[in-house]
Amino acid sequence: MQSETAAHPPSRLAGHFASLPVQDNAARLGMWLFLSTEVLLFAGLFVCYASYRFLYPETWAAGSRLLSLPLGTINTVVLIGSSFTVALAVDFAKQGKNRLVFFMLLLTLAAAATFLVIKGFEYSHKFHAGELPGVHFHMKETEGLLPGMPLFFSVYFAATGLHALHVIIGAGVLTWMALKAWRNHFSVGNYVAMENAGLYWHLVDLVWIFLYPLLYLI
Amino acid sequence: MDFFKRLLFLPEQASTFASKVDELHVFVLVATILASIGVGVTALYFFFRFRRRERHQTTEYIVPTVMTEFLFVSVPFVLFLLWFALGFRDYTWVQTPPRDAMDVYVLGKQWMWKFSYPEGPNGVNVLHVPANRPVRLLMTSRDVIHSFFIPAFRIKRDVIPGRYTDTWFEATKPGTYDIYCTEYCGLSHSKMLAKVVVLKAEEYENWVKEQRMGDKQNRQDALADTTLVSPRANLAQQGQRLVGEAGCLKCHTVDGEQHIGPTFVGLYGREERLEGGETITVDEGYITQSMMVPGEHIVSGFPNVMPTYQGKLHSMETAAIVEYIKSLRTRDVVNTASKGPVYEPVRIQ
Amino acid sequence: MSQSASSNPAAAPAEGHAPHKSYLTDGTTVRSWLLSVDHKRIAIMYLVLILLAFLVGGIFALLVRIEHLSPGPTIMDAMTYNRVFTLHGVVMVFLFLVPAVPSIFGNFLLPIMVGAKDVAFPRLNLLSLYLWIFGAGLALWGMINGGADTGWTFYTPYSTTTTTTVAPILVGVFILGMGGILTGLNFIVTVHTMRAPGITWFKLPLFVWASYGTAVVQVLATPVIGLVVLLTAADNTFHIGLFDPARGGDPVLFQHLFWFYSHPAVYIMVLPAFGIISEVVSAFSRKNIFGYRMIAYSTLGIAFVGFFVWGHHMFVSGESTLDAGIFSVITMLVGVFTAIKVFNWVGTVYGGAVDFKTPFAYFCGFLFFVVFGGMTGTALGVVSLDVHWHDTYFVVAHFHFIMVGAAMMAFLAGLHYWFPKMFGRMYHEGWGLTGATLITLGFIVTFVPQFLAGNYGMPRRYYEYPEQYQALNVISTLGALMLFTGFFTILCYLIYALRHGKLATSNPWDSHGYEWRTASPPTTHNFDGPQPFFPEEPHLYTTKPAPEAQHAV
Repeated sequence: MQSETAAHPPSRLAGHFASLPVQDNAARLGMWLFLSTEVLLFAGLFVCYASYRFLYPETWAAGSRLLSLPLGTINTVVLIGSSFTVALAVDFAKQGKNRLVFFMLLLTLAAAATFLVIKGFEYSHKFHAGELPGVHFHMKETEGLLPGMPLFFSVYFAATGLHALHVIIGAGVLTWMALKAWRNHFSVGNYVAMENAGLYWHLVDLVWIFLYPLLYLI
Repeated sequence: MDFFKRLLFLPEQASTFASKVDELHVFVLVATILASIGVGVTALYFFFRFRRRERHQTTEYIVPTVMTEFLFVSVPFVLFLLWFALGFRDYTWVQTPPRDAMDVYVLGKQWMWKFSYPEGPNGVNVLHVPANRPVRLLMTSRDVIHSFFIPAFRIKRDVIPGRYTDTWFEATKPGTYDIYCTEYCGLSHSKMLAKVVVLKAEEYENWVKEQRMGDKQNRQDALADTTLVSPRANLAQQGQRLVGEAGCLKCHTVDGEQHIGPTFVGLYGREERLEGGETITVDEGYITQSMMVPGEHIVSGFPNVMPTYQGKLHSMETAAIVEYIKSLRTRDVVNTASKGPVYEPVRIQ
Repeated sequence: MSQSASSNPAAAPAEGHAPHKSYLTDGTTVRSWLLSVDHKRIAIMYLVLILLAFLVGGIFALLVRIEHLSPGPTIMDAMTYNRVFTLHGVVMVFLFLVPAVPSIFGNFLLPIMVGAKDVAFPRLNLLSLYLWIFGAGLALWGMINGGADTGWTFYTPYSTTTTTTVAPILVGVFILGMGGILTGLNFIVTVHTMRAPGITWFKLPLFVWASYGTAVVQVLATPVIGLVVLLTAADNTFHIGLFDPARGGDPVLFQHLFWFYSHPAVYIMVLPAFGIISEVVSAFSRKNIFGYRMIAYSTLGIAFVGFFVWGHHMFVSGESTLDAGIFSVITMLVGVFTAIKVFNWVGTVYGGAVDFKTPFAYFCGFLFFVVFGGMTGTALGVVSLDVHWHDTYFVVAHFHFIMVGAAMMAFLAGLHYWFPKMFGRMYHEGWGLTGATLITLGFIVTFVPQFLAGNYGMPRRYYEYPEQYQALNVISTLGALMLFTGFFTILCYLIYALRHGKLATSNPWDSHGYEWRTASPPTTHNFDGPQPFFPEEPHLYTTKPAPEAQHAV
């Protein structure tokens, strides 16, 4: 098959697909299925969150007060903004405006970096305050220390850590797309890669939109 | 019925639940055997009857009728629903202990079973129960998950750390039966065996009386049996639990004998001679200090070996232990212990 | 196996009807195999690796059985025993049963059966192979360096506090899961987008239906176990205490999340096996599938219902009575769906022309085992009885009936049925039947005594056991030795056949399955020329006669 695609370099149609629309549909369907697995991955964490919240309601309420609401809110705004720029990038890719795609992706990557830096600050604060999962928990202030508090931070670190990992992976994918845009890859009929990368980034965003109220607000 | 039970290797039937559930047991298994033999024989007959007779044989076009399809679905459906209904009826019965049931507290730990009775006696790896009287088991584990299984009674329940589970039975035949741990719990999982001894009512009463007069060791066990206290119990009771968990009892006794460290009995309020020759009155402050900075004031005659509990116990826990030691001011502590643990149906705390 | 096949160009049929080279000879370098994106070569590599894993798991199984010859210690100490049974479970479940049929036969046949030249994402397919290798390697590394002693279920808090090496095995399971997800995703997209003209949904071969149902389960359930094993590994390594009651965690939550995957995983193992059986029955009875739609729907039914029965593993773990009832009644539905399939397979034989070849011999054993194993499974779903059976050898025997009696027998049926398809050579039929007989009898002797031991009250995962169970255990061990002989026989004659077997014609069974319309072994792109057109239904042996002459049963 490799030899076949090599024989027709102008076409990006892989040898085993009947036509380009079929190939693009396959790519989209594959991405949606992949997103469903991601949703289920986080669903497991939300189940942990929900059952422990049910067991330790006061602790969970008190725990969310220990998180930095301003930083969390800024991060939410940053991430939602990055979703907007990605959506624009997809739209520009559809029109084949590679320069604008590149620019929008650069903005998105900047947002991702900002998000991670802020998250880093939050984490380092937690490390200093000893608000850590499990055995590492050694909060200095014993005021309001409720049973299950280490567990709250286990869930907090597991959820935000896994999410941060997804941000990093997503940023990697977007960097790849930015390189493609730099090389004028996208055109009116050829934008499905950008579309899929955008979908992934929206998922990363969506997960945060659930994590933010659950962890910081309620 | 007896023939089937032997055929299926069912263990001895020694509880009310066993006699309730065994008929379904036999029914379900015999139905399974008959069905698989039925399907197998039918298939074998078809294999023979419809064997290929020539190389390019053609076959008829056969499709199921609606009636066949209906039967294919409804026959197993009705059979399995019947199984479910009968099974669920018995299950709800075994899930609801009678109100007059006698309670026994069960503690599983790697790799032994401890049984404590509200009236006082307790035992390790041997559970004594009266025949023909419902017994409720309130069970918890000290370390990992275990599972309490008496084949002859057909009962089983997981024993989970951090929470209580319960089950009950009413033994019908005096005798000795096996107890197994059926949830894998580590190295000696297969040696976590115990016996349940079913006694006639009057023999059981005698046994209880004997136990009440039992030796000091028994009482020590009862006292040290700390995890049976509900976390919602009062401070002193929490302390009783904590001294076990934190490991205090490895060196300090609660029966008045001196061990590696001073006994807790009568400790509070006592004048103690210190290493340097001075004396000190044991009060809240001194007990707390001894937990946090053990080397500061050593009671003479004892080695300076205690590790610090700074950072290992938080203030409430420290207070609970102090309260517990205060509650051991006199030797009549034995009476308080024989009341048995307080049971509340707690979730995780 | 691939080695001998690839290094030996004569393995390809020297027939005139294949103008293109067969996939086996199209490139003979090691590189052309290791970097191949051809779904068939990937399938063959999986076949070799997964059979090696099966060998490892089988040796562990044999060690367990030998240890049980006497009630006390026999050949190993308790710690070794605990590791051995754990590794037997881990290897067999995660390295063998879950990937076996989808990754080998699914990869090889699914694209051919839908008339496609490859799966939708060939490079992703190769990636999932390497994820399997990496995950398996990590797990094996963990086994050699310490080895877990938790049982394959990894129940907390034992698994988070044990001193053995659990974390690498858990991470290995996570990576294996990722590979499985990619395979499943590939299959779903392939079935949706790449069917050849003429193949509508209800003209898909039943093996494709089964693989599709499996893929859905794999994609939707695996992420949850992925998360659970990651959290457990973190708990074991960093003591974050999510499932550890000593730190406020809830061990029963772990069980819920674990079984949310691991029960559907049972259907990942048996659904494709059911698919193989549907193909085999139809081909060797030379008859249209009886109740095609019922089998297809029941596949989807099992896949769907399978997500809502996980609680039946926890009837005695502190579930509420109501929960137990709900999970119990849903479990009964799985029994109904499986029964529908069984009846339809027997119906397919009715009025057929049965050729009792090796694959059919496996079907013969399969049928008995799936009824007995399935019904004992339903029986375990009866709550009051499960109280007695839970975590005893009864459960062990039940799931071995399903895993070995159904899944493994179907795997062997498929291996023999498609062996000429894959390698272009025939094995010796007499040896084939001998192997099938040994396996079937050995299986019965191994696992029927385990049912009885379980009924008698013998708990599972016991290193030593009370003496009253010895007779049953000894019989079971003898059966295991017989099973081992059977597998060894099969291995010998199949390897022999790879090189010296008679050359197969392109359709040695005269089967009407879609996959037999290409050469055996197929060419690299499965079909020469453009995508083929399939006007008929699969498994079509007799066209529908005029309505009045139709014979309905």
